[in-house]
Amino acid sequence: MALSLADPFDTLFRFQRALEQQLDSDWLENATSGIGAFPSINVFQRGSDFVAIIELPGVSKDDLGLEVRGNTIRIYGKKTLDYGAKASMHRRERIAGNFDRTISLPVRLDPDRITADYREGILALSLPRAESDKPKAIKVN
Amino acid sequence: MAPAQELEVQQKRELEKKDESTIPARVFLPNTDIFETEDALTVVMEMPGVNREHADITVEDDVLSVSGRIDFSKYENLQPVYTEYNVGHYRRSFNLAPNSFDEHRISAEMTHGVLTLTLPKAERVKPRKIPLR
Repeated sequence: MALSLADPFDTLFRFQRALEQQLDSDWLENATSGIGAFPSINVFQRGSDFVAIIELPGVSKDDLGLEVRGNTIRIYGKKTLDYGAKASMHRRERIAGNFDRTISLPVRLDPDRITADYREGILALSLPRAESDKPKAIKVN
Repeated sequence: MAPAQELEVQQKRELEKKDESTIPARVFLPNTDIFETEDALTVVMEMPGVNREHADITVEDDVLSVSGRIDFSKYENLQPVYTEYNVGHYRRSFNLAPNSFDEHRISAEMTHGVLTLTLPKAERVKPRKIPLR
């Protein structure tokens, strides 16, 4: 599925459909600690590498921790809400608390080249595949 | 608020449209907190992935409408392999009590994908202390 931006509305619809189709994906199998745990994770493939995109609205960078060991990535931190002392609540839908989630990818990663980018409440992890894991072309003699 | 509590996933709720859309794509409701202080009403909406240029806030006929658009070009050349949530634009509107707010002083701020709107109360609806004689 190559996304082209010829028609932005159609692109959005097709993209949402593609996301939906992967909802039952067993790609991570049991490699993630608790499917349905916070935060929700989407994993994409880009060429031979992977990208994990995680929504963490309202979490500040200082409250967000990341650890990598082998193929396993741990995302942990806390989300706090601040209303001020004298506020009276009319509607409360956002939730605060701690989170700690680990995912293991079924491919070998290059831990030194993993990069994380957090902006607009979205954490994007670039997960390059280890050189040793990439398919090698074999020359036929 | 007990910050020690474990966070749970909140499934995204889809916007129930009053009017029909020409676009087949899905639009989501941002999770919203509304609270009131003596001087203002504050509306806080979670719209991850929306930057300040793509957020639109209007007040018209006592209806506060907020919409946020996602930049899909970031997803170009990405092929989903495992997904737990869907992605789309955000839209939500609230009816305001008529003439209760100073519409010209409404301020908006966006941090970490969270939009905070402050609606200062109009002078006439502010609580007034009545002195006893």
